[in-house]
This record gives sequence, structure tokens and C-alpha cells, in this order.
Amino acid sequence: MASISVQTTDFDLAKEVETLKAGNTSIGAIVIFTGTVRDVGGTLSSMTLEHYPGMTERELERIAGEAENRWALLGCRVIHRHGTLQPGDNIVLVITASAHRTDAFKAAEFLMDFLKSEAPFWKKEQTADNNTWVEAKKADTQALSKWKQD
Amino acid sequence: MQLIYFASIREQIGLSEEEYDLPSGVHTVEALLDDLRARGPNYASALLADIKLKVAVNQQHAKLNTSVKDQDEVAIFPPVTGG
Repeated sequence: MASISVQTTDFDLAKEVETLKAGNTSIGAIVIFTGTVRDVGGTLSSMTLEHYPGMTERELERIAGEAENRWALLGCRVIHRHGTLQPGDNIVLVITASAHRTDAFKAAEFLMDFLKSEAPFWKKEQTADNNTWVEAKKADTQALSKWKQD
Repeated sequence: MQLIYFASIREQIGLSEEEYDLPSGVHTVEALLDDLRARGPNYASALLADIKLKVAVNQQHAKLNTSVKDQDEVAIFPPVTGG
């Protein structure tokens, strides 16, 4: 079973990996993805993430459950932050563990692709001049097509 | 029905949520959106037919032809941008 958290506080990468590994020596591969607040033009003062409490957790559990059905995972941890964050701050953490690397790599990429297109979060960027909602990218929707099963 | 709005839709409508009596004859997401657009200029501009809107019924992603009932929780929001 995947472990899901939606929180305002930061996460500790090393601690999360230790928790996932604890007592499970059949794990041979761990993949970690971290998404952070990006300041492209040097003008970002902060970013605020809004989400849909209730549906967010359900969606993350559904996506993680799908990853667990597709690949032989021995552990799966997803943390997504909300609230106001600063440039460089952590936003999202995905950790997948498996016996061999392919399952962990693929599951982590799948989780991030679906999270970006289906988990109900919205980013707003604050600069000195204005506040703007981040537009969804076509590339993120297109990324889903590679996971379509026949 | 409980209506919930997020992000730019919430700002344009000027509400984060509201109770709404679903009119008889409105049975789908598409009909609900049409009905809400007629409620005022803030609804009409927030829910313009040619902008990308996403709808969730009882916290599950829905389509235009998904059915809606008066007991449902319906959320309307722009495409998501998390991760």
C-alpha cells in the first residue's frame, strides 16, 4: 500500500527513504523524484499551491494504486505540499522501491505524469508586479499517452 | 447540490463554494454548466464554453455527459498544475 501525505510542511528525503526501506531487505532499487519551486526569470517572490482537500488524497491514492497494479513495487511514498512556498522549496516527493530498477523507474515516472495531469492542485506565482495562475502545459497531457495500455 | 470552485474559477465567480438547488431538467455536467452560465456575468465569464474547464462529481473527474443529482458535490476548476 502506498503512503500518501498532503501537507504544508517540508519533508526530509533521507528520513523518508529510511522509513520506506526499514525492515524490507528484499528491496534492491529505490527511485526518488523531487519537484521544487522554479524561478525562471529571477522575478518569482513566492508560489502558492491551492488544492481540493479530500479529492487530492483520493486521486493520489488512485494513481499510486494504479502504479502498484502495473509494476512490482515493494514500497511507494508520495508527499505533496500546499500553501505558500519560496523559490527552491520542495513541492512534491515520489519514492518508489522494487527488487530491480526498471519497476521503480517506470512507476515513479508514471506517478509524476498522472499526478501532474490529474491531482487537483493549482499553482499561483507571485512576483513584484502581479500574481498569475500557472497555465497547464500541453506536454503534460501528452505525457499520459505513453502509458496507454491496449 | 454543493458547488465548489477552485483557482481562477473561484476568483472570477467570487465564491469558493455555495449551495445550489439543481433545477429539474438538469441531469448532466454539460446542462449544469449551461444553467450556471445564465446566473450572471461573473458565472458567464468564468465558465465560458471555449475555455478549458474541468469538473469533478463527488470528488471524481467527470465528463460533460456525466450525470448529476441534487445530492452531489460538484467542483469546477481549470486544468490542474501541481507536481
